[in-house]
Amino acid sequence: MADTRDIELKVNGESHAASVETRTSLGDFLRHGLGLTGTHMGCEHGVCGACTVMVDGEAVRSCLMLAVQANGHEVTTVEGLADDDGTLHPLQEAFWKHHGLQCGFCTPGMLTSLAAFLRDNPDPSEREVREAISGNICRCTGYQGIVDAALDAAKTMQGN
Amino acid sequence: MVVRYLGAEVQRMEDPRLLTGHGRYVDDMTMDGMLHAAFLRASQAHAKIRSIDTSRAADLPGVHRVFTHADLGEKYSHRMNQLYPAPVIEQNKTQYPLAKDEVCYVGEAVAVVVADSRAIAEDALALIDVDYETLPAVVNIMTALEDGAPLAHADTTSNLVGKMRSAFGDIDDAFAKADHVFSAGFMQHRGGCHSMETRGVIARDDPWGDGLSLWTSAQSPYLIRRALATWLDEPEERVRVVAPDVGGGFGPKAGFYPEEIVISLAARFMKRPVKWIEDRREHFMSTTTQRDQHWDLEVACTNEGKILGLRGTITHENGAYIPYGILLPNSSLTPLPGAYSIPAIDVGVNIVFTNTVPNSPVRGAGRPCGIYAVERMIQTVSRNLGIDPATVRRRNYVRPDQMPYETGATLRGGAKCIYDSGDYEALLDKVLELSDYSSFKDRQAAARKEGRFLGIGISSCIEDTGMGPYEGTTVRVESSGKVAVRTGAASQGQGHHTMIAMIVAENLGVAPEDILFESADTSKFPHGVGTIGSRVAANVGPSSFDAAKKVREKALKLAAEILEASEADLDIEDGVVRVNGAPDLSITLGELAIKLSPASALRVPAGFDPLLEATSYDGSSGSPIACGSNVAEVEVDPGTGEVRVLRYSVAHDCGVMINPMIVHGQIVGGVVHGIGNALFERMIYDDQGQPLTTNYGEYLLPLASEMPRIDVTHMETPSPLNSLGVKGAGEGGTIPAAAAIVAAIENALEEYGVEIDYYPVDPQYLTGLIDKGTVQAAE
Ligand code: FES
Ligand code: FES
Repeated sequence: MADTRDIELKVNGESHAASVETRTSLGDFLRHGLGLTGTHMGCEHGVCGACTVMVDGEAVRSCLMLAVQANGHEVTTVEGLADDDGTLHPLQEAFWKHHGLQCGFCTPGMLTSLAAFLRDNPDPSEREVREAISGNICRCTGYQGIVDAALDAAKTMQGN
Repeated sequence: MVVRYLGAEVQRMEDPRLLTGHGRYVDDMTMDGMLHAAFLRASQAHAKIRSIDTSRAADLPGVHRVFTHADLGEKYSHRMNQLYPAPVIEQNKTQYPLAKDEVCYVGEAVAVVVADSRAIAEDALALIDVDYETLPAVVNIMTALEDGAPLAHADTTSNLVGKMRSAFGDIDDAFAKADHVFSAGFMQHRGGCHSMETRGVIARDDPWGDGLSLWTSAQSPYLIRRALATWLDEPEERVRVVAPDVGGGFGPKAGFYPEEIVISLAARFMKRPVKWIEDRREHFMSTTTQRDQHWDLEVACTNEGKILGLRGTITHENGAYIPYGILLPNSSLTPLPGAYSIPAIDVGVNIVFTNTVPNSPVRGAGRPCGIYAVERMIQTVSRNLGIDPATVRRRNYVRPDQMPYETGATLRGGAKCIYDSGDYEALLDKVLELSDYSSFKDRQAAARKEGRFLGIGISSCIEDTGMGPYEGTTVRVESSGKVAVRTGAASQGQGHHTMIAMIVAENLGVAPEDILFESADTSKFPHGVGTIGSRVAANVGPSSFDAAKKVREKALKLAAEILEASEADLDIEDGVVRVNGAPDLSITLGELAIKLSPASALRVPAGFDPLLEATSYDGSSGSPIACGSNVAEVEVDPGTGEVRVLRYSVAHDCGVMINPMIVHGQIVGGVVHGIGNALFERMIYDDQGQPLTTNYGEYLLPLASEMPRIDVTHMETPSPLNSLGVKGAGEGGTIPAAAAIVAAIENALEEYGVEIDYYPVDPQYLTGLIDKGTVQAAE
């Protein structure tokens, strides 16, 4: 019989209680346990960053963290970035405006990584943005639209 | 008044969904009763299978079935079909969906486990016992055709897939009258797909209902439908293939894979939907890649650097099977002579089997290799004659007054390769200006005083885009007034929805938001070809334009009757037909659709059929030839061999741009892919055929921190070959990039006399060349 544990956690502000296999990654739990498929698995070995979510506000690779480790914590996924009324997060708006996505597969991880980064570095240089997403692989865009979006979003967020 | 969308930077319609986590990729889908599959893959590059024992795996709780080749039964025991037959293929080796008695590359599918979860299915793989008898493996293409070389397939006598050549002009005369003949040999290595979404398939078989349905992360759903139906010996009508959101394609997702057959059969046998999601390690080992190509070339030229002829031989690695026929070697040959007017060419290709993963096109297919080869020869001429590389190019470009210019080469399908339009020298001027080429020598000298080594490299290219035969579109106004637009062309992030919505909106007279776009579902649109070779804009563009215009004509004709006005006085804006000068006289497109298709007992207006709809297969009458010139500026650390790309400039011409923002994204993304090829991406096999780079720690992809800002400028020379004047843009960034980077590195290291004969140019390789140069200088 698979080894399971009961966990309780908050995801995008909502409380969940679940019984999970101890070996299940947080990413798999979010995707297949909770149906929050916005978080993507690109490599499942901690390099591509597609699976990034925020745990208690910090950017975390959900393929490298077990679901049981999220017990008692607060998780924010890409589904939780926009306001409840559907207003997009400034980063989402900026990605849209600057063509920061093509296939959209890396996008959730880019957004969550940058949301955490901009909170700690509200006025970054281009070089700092490039370093900040150097753990997120995008095969489509060549990163330029993403970098432009992040710099633009930083401006918007400072204005607020 | 017509609202103009074409040429505007319209924000993409697909983005809000993708930005908020509401995409629908294969692994996001789930179905009632769905089971999960995992594949056992060959651990040896070449071996006989003596026996397979699946009993322990089958006994694991949660496992439903384990299938090997034998378990699929007699009806499903044949090899996969050759989708691209060609006379030059001498040994037509395609694989069995599950290996029968021999495996020919590490990663070849040997068995599949179907279980309650992916994790259980993966657990069970470790419990399958395969007894292999190891056979010698062939990996090195340079020795693969020698007598006594190990054979990639046990039942053959040679590793030769076939030979082909591109020959035109009087090559002997060209070399006889040349002032100089120079030669160069070099290896080109292109890496794998590495779309961020791996492959994945869900199959459902409902023999009394919908038939066999497949949701697959693919570029060519119609090709898969045909291939699968043919393999199963069943009607295409009973096979539905859908490509939902696809997280990148880049070529390797354009084919038909063994897993698509096996998962279909698993669903059939289990009578339940079955899902398989490739993991990244499988992607490295089992998704087709583009690998090694060795070129040996001689160039004949005059004292002024005018090239008279080019001849030589290519050795092309094919991998273990030929799922794509000879597409790849063929597309390496057809770009010769590049952007230049070279009167005589004679280049042959030997295509060889190796015990590595089968080869497929990767962004640009063979074109980056062909262009790289031509550009290397330009550099060779420039270096040997001491003429500036820009000048050598100027002396050889095909000129605008030569258009349409017939190169002498033949495209796949037999058509002549004809450059339809473009001004290659003007593009060069643009990129030289954008990159501050004229002041580079000052930058270089200033940096050298600080002990830094800067270099600059140019590369020019042409690209045959928009290959036929067609990619159709249906435009239909619904009773709601919304406009359903359907096409076969699958998108992997290129923004087809936005592009097509812009074309239809402008030409029908509706808002882009009122367009309901559906694509890549064989049950929604009858025919399609695939998203490959930068062909969608030049095929779906004209067909959606034509279909929208036809619907508009039909709407105007009917509205003129109803409103008792002349068609010439009518206009359609935002879905409403109005009479000019009489704003109160109007009817909506939705109302017109209802008039055409009234309730029972009423009449369809005379002279009309009941749908406000049109379908078009209009496309391009030939291959529109896009072109570009790039300049790379790099800094090399001779101590470590590290290369940093400081600046990268692009001048590109893809004809009329439908949405410049999307074109820009394609170019920049393509360049970065090309820089990855030039500097980072290397899929290594050892001499036993074991893959050594199977994760992103070992195989390097370009990262944001390593990439420069890429400056892009455009020319828009309309193609005369289609109604919109468009040319493809998907691969034009990638094709010239490696040549520009490599030339820049050589330029930076001129004092070491470094001549690069291999890419990716990694630090180990480069320091080796630098050390050699240092020793030679000392002697
Ligand atoms: S899926 Fe987690 S880092 Fe790639
Ligand atoms: S948009 Fe496709 S991987 Fe980034």
